[in-house]
Amino acid sequence: MEKMLDVNEISVTFNPGSPDAKQALNKLSVHLDDGDFVTIIGSNGAGKSTLFNAVAGSFFVDEGSIFLGGQDITFLEEHKRSRIIGRMFQDPLKGTAPSMTIEENLALAYLRSAEGTSPFSHISGRDKQLFREKLAMLNMGLEDRMKHQVGLLSGGQRQALTLLMATMVTPKLLLLDEHTAALDPATADKVLELTREIVGKNHITCMMITHNMKQALEIGNRTFLMADGKIVLDVKGEERKGLTVDDLLEKFKAGTGKALDNDRMLLS
Amino acid sequence: MLYILKTALELGLLYSLVPMALFLSFRVLNIADLTTDGCFVFGAAVSVQMAAIGQPILGIPLAMAAGALAGFITAFIHTKMKVPSILAGIITNTGLYTINLMVMGWSSNVSLLKKNTIYSMFKSLQFLGDWSGVVLTLLIVALVAFLLISFLGTRLGLSIRATGDNIDMVRASSINPTFTITVGLCLANAMTALSGAMVGQYQKTVDINGGTGIVVIGLACLIIGETATGRRSVKKGAIAAIVGSIIYRIIYAVCLYTKVIPVEFLKLLTAAIVAVAIAFPALRKMAAFQKKKMEHTSGRAFAQKGGDGKDA
Ligand SMILES: Nc1ncnc2c1ncn2[C@@H]1O[C@H](COP(=O)(O)OP(=O)(O)OP(=O)(O)O)[C@@H](O)[C@H]1O
Ligand SMILES: [Mg+2]
Repeated sequence: MEKMLDVNEISVTFNPGSPDAKQALNKLSVHLDDGDFVTIIGSNGAGKSTLFNAVAGSFFVDEGSIFLGGQDITFLEEHKRSRIIGRMFQDPLKGTAPSMTIEENLALAYLRSAEGTSPFSHISGRDKQLFREKLAMLNMGLEDRMKHQVGLLSGGQRQALTLLMATMVTPKLLLLDEHTAALDPATADKVLELTREIVGKNHITCMMITHNMKQALEIGNRTFLMADGKIVLDVKGEERKGLTVDDLLEKFKAGTGKALDNDRMLLS
Repeated sequence: MLYILKTALELGLLYSLVPMALFLSFRVLNIADLTTDGCFVFGAAVSVQMAAIGQPILGIPLAMAAGALAGFITAFIHTKMKVPSILAGIITNTGLYTINLMVMGWSSNVSLLKKNTIYSMFKSLQFLGDWSGVVLTLLIVALVAFLLISFLGTRLGLSIRATGDNIDMVRASSINPTFTITVGLCLANAMTALSGAMVGQYQKTVDINGGTGIVVIGLACLIIGETATGRRSVKKGAIAAIVGSIIYRIIYAVCLYTKVIPVEFLKLLTAAIVAVAIAFPALRKMAAFQKKKMEHTSGRAFAQKGGDGKDA
């Protein structure tokens, strides 16, 4: 069966040839089935964010290839990849345009589907109805504030809105880089719950970086452990069921020879 | 007095598309586009030369196309050659000097003597008398403002606004920032050139140095207008450009006739207005910080006097 995502032995080195050259990805491979939901954990600087950036096209890889849904995207420009890849970052300020309204932000996200519609068309009544329905799903009352500027929203509201925007047009792949880390615990839980709901309902293939070990085991169907630009552990299926955080730490140590070290790591 | 106001209104409207262009480049796209000075003369030169060969009407869209081309070159140097936007604008502006001279037949000043202009043609319709110039300019400016506001609500317009609002988001969405910046700068410079085109035909002359400092004056107008209308929305921004431009010309006229401030000082004053207005958020922060620092030190002095020995 064809895989949804095939990352074949990619490498990325920052500042090559200089004294602070840093190999952030080292012949790393990932193969995801359609609908896989992977959680990723690893030490600081393991290369987790770099993997996402490489897949999303923020920069091109030095070697290796990337296929998404059977399409070779290795050298596809970032803005073209974003038609089929949704992304979220830790910083709620990154995903939305603050001086534009909620409605306008959603319209921007909806552009991805808009192939064929004129660039000179305005937001239609039908679009607005759709946005309203989607916003209502968040249960934050945002559907009544469509004309408000996004800059006026709280971090949690902005992040929930970003989630909606990233999945507005169902992407082939969703990349979540610690997208709840900057939120207070209650809001983080809510955004995470929304994430599960939306990803599950639309059967989206998804990778999520987290520093919460327990969360990493509870959510999704696979867990990657990353160290030194590689995936050192890939737990799934039977092996993943019943695995505890301690087991995971043990496995990490056995795999890499050192303890998992992340300053933001939550063990419980 | 009415005459002074009428002149101020005329000039304010004629030049108002420059602050409107700057609203698009500086406020919406967040790019300080210094193509403006040369682009204004470019538009004026093309329009006057077209009027000189008996095509004043055709001269207007042609001048706008010329401006758009200038904007395209700045955008190209900035986005493709990765030159910082300010420098890209200066480069185009410098190159335009030669182009403008060329358009003007290598002379630094071209005048239209008895040639028809859009203004003389409109006046000859004979139903508005003395006010025909103001009315025609107002019609053009209002149309441009309407089109701009409407355009910024379209899919492409939203993408351009997002580019200036949150470049991080744009990079991660399906918007191509190179494209949106290019479209934005082309449109802005087409507006600047249109302003030049109207001024050129209105005054029946174009001077190679006629655009000097116009970018700073335009910014001053925009800032003055924004203080009057607020800068919350696109609609207010476009209107601010027109209102600000007229207010500026009224101030100018008042200076000229009452001599409260010698007119020679006006450029210095304009520069100061722009510098202070753009620095305003930073100044406010600095003031708040100083206040906090003073409270802190005076609070500490008080604590020490009180003798509880604790460091505040
Ligand atoms: N743009 C860049 N330029 C230079 N070095 C970089 C760049 N981005 C990342 N790096 C380096 O690459 C390595 C991997 O960084 P990356 O951000 O992928 O780590 P991470 O696993 O996401 O860590 P964290 O848990 O702290 O977010 C780090 O050593 C980092 O310093
Ligand atoms: Mg990271």
